[in-house]
Amino acid sequence: MIVADKKPIEEIITEVKDHESILVLGCNECVTVCEAGGKKEAGILASALRMYFLNQGREVRIDEVTLERQCDPEYLEELHDRIDAYDAVISLACGVGVQFMAERYHDKPIYPGVNTCFMGATQARGLWTERCQGCGQCILARTGGICPIARCAKRLLNGPCGGSTAGKCEINKEIDCAWQLIIDRLKALGRFDEYEELAPIKDWSTDRAGGPRKVIREDVQQ
Amino acid sequence: MRLEYSACIRIIRVPCTGKVDSLHLLRAFEKGADGVYVVGCMEGECHFNNGNFRARKRVEQVRRILDAVGIGGDRVQMYNLSSSDGPLFAKFASEMVDRIRQAGPNPIKLARKRAAA
Repeated sequence: MIVADKKPIEEIITEVKDHESILVLGCNECVTVCEAGGKKEAGILASALRMYFLNQGREVRIDEVTLERQCDPEYLEELHDRIDAYDAVISLACGVGVQFMAERYHDKPIYPGVNTCFMGATQARGLWTERCQGCGQCILARTGGICPIARCAKRLLNGPCGGSTAGKCEINKEIDCAWQLIIDRLKALGRFDEYEELAPIKDWSTDRAGGPRKVIREDVQQ
Repeated sequence: MRLEYSACIRIIRVPCTGKVDSLHLLRAFEKGADGVYVVGCMEGECHFNNGNFRARKRVEQVRRILDAVGIGGDRVQMYNLSSSDGPLFAKFASEMVDRIRQAGPNPIKLARKRAAA
């Protein structure tokens, strides 16, 4: 999932303080799972903003809605009839949702309510860690299911580097060396001989190096 | 025991303080409560293992929010006691009432009154 973190309320207030009616828009997908922008977080932010404006002696309308998703056009259409009632929207979706809202409702200011961080997994409640960088050419088949692009600080394709010490990365002793993990995993799979095979130069054109990307699937297009 | 504590406290019973959500606390302030405190079981003695720890974290979260919006985080507090400790319950009540009297009325309540006038 896409992992996001809450923005400080003070920062959000700074962005929206001049508006007279604001919609706080939650998203029921990834940001709900990582507890940054779901229905509950939308309710908390809306409540905090209502109190802030009342305390400032201003009557600002703050409503909250949580959409199933903000990255699909059909869900954004649900707002079509009521979005005119608001001066601005605070989207608690990831950066994709914020931008998709801005594209759909072109004349409406859309402010981000979360900091979008990475594609990751819930390692434990309250702890999310990065697992994928969306490089566009998955090499997990030959690295034992552990991604050196996302989990090695240097994105090495033939590792580890000299900074790997006791299974940890030199940039931080709390970070596992991805290549140590790969070696351990290949050994566990009985495929350690594959470690000796040099990885060819990776085609980075499918990563961000090729500019903004798109996936075209004619088989599912209408 | 016939202990006395301030009559301005409204008790809301919950099955466990773990049931108390940040939104419940915030709504109370939005509706004009001057202060809210959560009284849970002693730490380590929760029937549901960690309900009172969850409540404490939520109280801390609400405290930060109240500070951020200018209401004052001191208006919310978490207490722990054993269910049979009546004197301590009364003491917490007095402590909280004193604290809120010092902080004054909830600014939201005053703002609403001003707006209605």
